Amino acid sequence: MRKMLAAVSRVLAGAAQKPASRVLVASRNFANDATFEIKKCDLHRLEEGPPVTTVLTREDGLKYYRMMQTVRRMELKADQLYKQKIIRGFCHLCDGQEACCVGLEAGINPTDHLITAYRAHGFTFTRGLSVREILAELTGRRGGCAKGKGGSMHMYAKNFYGGNGIVGAQGQIFEAYNMAALWKLPCIFICENNRYGMGTSVERAAASTDYYKRGDFIPGLRVDGMDILCVREATRFAAAYCRSGKGPILMELQTYRYHGHSMSDPGVSYRTREEIQEVRSKSDPIMLLKDRMVNSNLASVEELKEIDVEVRKEIEDAAQFATADPEPPLEELGYHIYSSDPPFEVRGANQWIKFKSVS
Amino acid sequence: MAAVSGLVRRPLQQMTVRDAINQGMDEELERDEKVFLLGEEVAQYDGAYKVSRGLWKKYGDKRIIDTPISEMGFAGIAVGAAMAGLRPICEFMTFNFSMQAIDQVINSAAKTYYMSGGLQPVPIVFRGPNGASAGVAAQHSQCFAAWYGHCPGLKVVSPWNSEDAKGLIKSAIRDNNPVVVLENELMYGVPFEFPAEAQSKDFLVPIGKAKVERQGTHITVVSHSRPVGHCLEAATVLSKEGIECEVINMRTIRPMDIDTIEASVMKTNHLITVEGGWPQFGVGAEICARIMEGPAFNFLDAPAVRVTGADVPMPYAKILEDNSVPQVKDIIFAIKKTLNI
Repeated sequence: MRKMLAAVSRVLAGAAQKPASRVLVASRNFANDATFEIKKCDLHRLEEGPPVTTVLTREDGLKYYRMMQTVRRMELKADQLYKQKIIRGFCHLCDGQEACCVGLEAGINPTDHLITAYRAHGFTFTRGLSVREILAELTGRRGGCAKGKGGSMHMYAKNFYGGNGIVGAQGQIFEAYNMAALWKLPCIFICENNRYGMGTSVERAAASTDYYKRGDFIPGLRVDGMDILCVREATRFAAAYCRSGKGPILMELQTYRYHGHSMSDPGVSYRTREEIQEVRSKSDPIMLLKDRMVNSNLASVEELKEIDVEVRKEIEDAAQFATADPEPPLEELGYHIYSSDPPFEVRGANQWIKFKSVS
Repeated sequence: MAAVSGLVRRPLQQMTVRDAINQGMDEELERDEKVFLLGEEVAQYDGAYKVSRGLWKKYGDKRIIDTPISEMGFAGIAVGAAMAGLRPICEFMTFNFSMQAIDQVINSAAKTYYMSGGLQPVPIVFRGPNGASAGVAAQHSQCFAAWYGHCPGLKVVSPWNSEDAKGLIKSAIRDNNPVVVLENELMYGVPFEFPAEAQSKDFLVPIGKAKVERQGTHITVVSHSRPVGHCLEAATVLSKEGIECEVINMRTIRPMDIDTIEASVMKTNHLITVEGGWPQFGVGAEICARIMEGPAFNFLDAPAVRVTGADVPMPYAKILEDNSVPQVKDIIFAIKKTLNI
């Protein structure tokens, strides 16, 4: 009997679960899926928007939970490593914004292309890189996804074009809108509106804070970016819109970052601790998903706790690797300047110091 | 980095480079109401690197202006203001971001007085941190000295210590031409002894004049910005071996004070240049070319040598970054090679 129940539990737990899970959920039957109401999106130049209800399967729910928790703990680990000076330079964390990267990925295909700015660790993970490769890149080691040469803001993966450090081209975005609309490019422009541009609130920086309308002739959606299901449905809607040949579309995700702009910004000189606390207690994306899943019997509290434990371990292992892995070899300083070129010599700090450059 | 002591023994005030720039701007804001500062986070945040700390509190919204993150836009607005008669200080959070606005700096600011046949001056200052910092990787570590130094119509200065920083920002603000002030983020927190004359509200360091920081007889070492400190360190080390380096702090990239460099080379017969930027078409390359064109060439006992950043986009990993910027050991090595030691 016990064996049969254990077998049933493994089936119910689904492919998303690691075989090492020690949770015996044999005595409980979970729902396969549940239907949830999600917030209606504000629309710009659209007759209809994404649906206001969505079905979440247990399998997907557990996957999203694990992914968001992984991003959360990965970012907190990065915070820790930065304070220990093991991560250097700039470090822009996205804790609080997990529903954005995980929800986005849930609404698109791995073959779609994604590019973002410097708050990129979450996207690097959802686009398929491991926590190990990400943390090792943050610590500047050879096992990092860019071999230690890029750092926090310059992580790339298949169909993921970074990680970019230079932003603020407000004019360029309008140029992009124009060409995308003119040529009907299947492009979703996404604004993760976390209320602040570094230390300046949106009210002080934007003549109109209705970013989803700023595409003017491009239709737009304003989405609850703290609700992963809302993000997923909006993304599915936007992707379908583009794929049908109608041209570009805008999505504004209303979200929040718990950390300051970067690790050099305490994040409390331009906003109150009360504000941060309020978002954490009322709108935390991981908490919202957890409550939904537990309340609709898609998962148990214990099961989710078990995932937390597994995620913690995964992050710890990755951090261990990221701290122990050696730095890239000095001989490779000149590598990868050009692609597909024969090797050549690179000048160092003076004419007698030479490095080899290999493509 | 420890405080670098001056050669004069007087009771001197200590001043960090950051505070020196702050003081210089404060004095000029007070002196002339047409002067104002704009840029990202310069007002309510007190400056991304705290260089403009306290200025918004003192001068308010009209003189210290927070801009949206739109370099091309606000640089253009600043140039227009300068053309209309104001004296803007346009801050780029780092000069890497100035690339977003470089058309305004070159085409709207630098060339206008010439293009207008002398009718339209553009009294603007573009300032901010330039060059490598620590671990900020490829897009945030570029040195723009050669890029801006290339352009007629621009003046380009590069302070090293606090005295340079205060004196040059004041001269830049008072200059009726577009001046690019290349500061250095790693130098902001470094204290220096601040001579009495620098404490005056009319203390100016002239644009276009280099300073001999250390006298020497065996070799001329020319540098700008943070590497000047490295050159002085190298000189101290070599002095113990009986090699006396003459260290020149350029202070200005354009117009370059080649006379001071030539006079020095004619005395020492040897030259090395030291800069953080890339070697190709760099500041050192220009110095070497000019030396060949002038009287100092015949006084050289060995080819001039350049010490520069490595010819790669700045890598992130510490070991690679350390080897991509000129270190004291690289300077010492180059000096000894030049002197054939």
